[in-house]
Amino acid sequence: MAGGYLQIREVEKTFVSRAKVTQALLPTSFDVRPGEFVSLVGPSGCGKSTLLYIAAGLEDASGGEVLVDEVAVRDPGPDRGMVFQNYTLFPWLTVGENARFARGLHANAMPYDLSEEEVRSKVERVASLIECMGLRDFEDAFPRELSGGMKQRAAIARALANEPAVLLMDEPFGALDAQTREEMQELVLLVRQYWNTTILFVTHDVDEAVFLSDRVLVMSPRPGRVRADLRVDLPTPRDIDLKLAPEFLALKREIAGMLHEGRDTTGAPGCCAGCSPAPMRVDVV
Amino acid sequence: MGVPVAERPAVAAAKTVAASKPATPRPHARWLAPRRDIPDRLYGLLAAASFAAAFLFWTWASHQSFANPVFVPTPEKVWTAARGFLNEGDLWNDVRVSFLRVTAGFLLSAALALPIGLLIGAFKVGEGLLQPFTEFVRYIPVPALIPILMVLFGIGETPKIMLIFVGTFFQLVLMVADEIRRVPYDLIQVGYTLGARRREILIRILWPAALPGIFDALRLCNGWAWTYLVVAELVAANEGLGYRILKFSRFLQTPKIFVYLILLGMIGLAIDFAFRKFNHAAFHWAVTDRR
Repeated sequence: MAGGYLQIREVEKTFVSRAKVTQALLPTSFDVRPGEFVSLVGPSGCGKSTLLYIAAGLEDASGGEVLVDEVAVRDPGPDRGMVFQNYTLFPWLTVGENARFARGLHANAMPYDLSEEEVRSKVERVASLIECMGLRDFEDAFPRELSGGMKQRAAIARALANEPAVLLMDEPFGALDAQTREEMQELVLLVRQYWNTTILFVTHDVDEAVFLSDRVLVMSPRPGRVRADLRVDLPTPRDIDLKLAPEFLALKREIAGMLHEGRDTTGAPGCCAGCSPAPMRVDVV
Repeated sequence: MGVPVAERPAVAAAKTVAASKPATPRPHARWLAPRRDIPDRLYGLLAAASFAAAFLFWTWASHQSFANPVFVPTPEKVWTAARGFLNEGDLWNDVRVSFLRVTAGFLLSAALALPIGLLIGAFKVGEGLLQPFTEFVRYIPVPALIPILMVLFGIGETPKIMLIFVGTFFQLVLMVADEIRRVPYDLIQVGYTLGARRREILIRILWPAALPGIFDALRLCNGWAWTYLVVAELVAANEGLGYRILKFSRFLQTPKIFVYLILLGMIGLAIDFAFRKFNHAAFHWAVTDRR
């Protein structure tokens, strides 16, 4: 889909409870250009998911604005598809029905002035998504019959079926085992290559962020802000072997270093003193 | 080194025992493991056993000297009474009349409780407006409302149906609202990001997601509707299962009462069974596998 220019302008978030005001996210600005894949990495509680929910319109910002293709958006809408961390398929619908769910909504009704060809491409899009996600044999299966990986693949198909300008992904593979996770990462790259969707991806897995992204935004612990905007100059299309390349490891080390640094200086609560995180994978608790 | 030689065989023996212990519980223990399934046949057997035990106890107790035969009739007498009913038209007419009353009250209650429960469950405004009041009404004893219902609806079929309605409606509304609230919020958020509007969130997400639970609430509620039958038929009735039971008790015809009670139980069991079968067939997607 043409377009897909996501702009985050001075977006901030404060939580007000009876006792205190917590600044979760300092004013943050960045752009995700059409077709670009940008990851947000950072320790838990740094506000990266909050930022994503604000971009989706599912949460209100305390200040600033979100623009999609130069238009400010406040409410959730079909222009920003989202894949959630939890399994969110509609359990009463089959995989195919889930993928086609958005089609039946009023907001996505096909305009009358579409040519026959355009209608056909819209209809075929779902079929090819299901095919691409390796779910053709499971089109009539119900979510409870699927594995975790398949559920997330179906959720991606459902989000993309709607031709969103931007796809927002909130740690979509967090609940999956390492092997499935790598398969899913390759699949996301395939999706990108094929549909050229703008993607903003939240993860705490540095490896995943570097492997998938054009740019990685590193966030500091609460109150969150983007402390580094790193370009990933690795060749595309990528495959899993890239994860062993020296450039890949160097970038990963750089980001991991930043995350450690951020943690040490602020003494993030909940971190056990003297724990030495594995050098390669940074899963800050 | 420090271990005396004599102790060693014992230690070794203990180790072998530990190693040979099966990882899974022994077969008989499996039936008693919490929430584990048992074979269907065993389940049926247990159910049959409970009925048989109750019947045997009743047979035994009714022949003892401490049991007053006026209040505890023997199964033989009840059987005779049951056969007597086959020759009269009253029994089946009572079943028909009572079934229609219960069903009318129940359907009316469902027809109003489903949309209202949906609104209470979906909107906090609806909850604030209706939930506390519903909780208040729910605690008012239904029989106490008979005079009011008679003033409002006279002495025909309407007050009887309305009593069953009042007895079930307020419970059902709250149960439906609870089922709606139990739908994971994630599903609503997904709906929004796919472009769903408020109406579509209600009808296309909250409603289907809550439907299995709602049907289960309807099943329970139908049971309560039957228990209110006797109360409903206190109101100037001259036919119906509840009315007949009251009449028999006035003349101390306990065998006949027993026939009607057993019949009521069987009707309830049949309706419950039908509900369960329907739920299982219609909402197979919601069947939760144990692990």
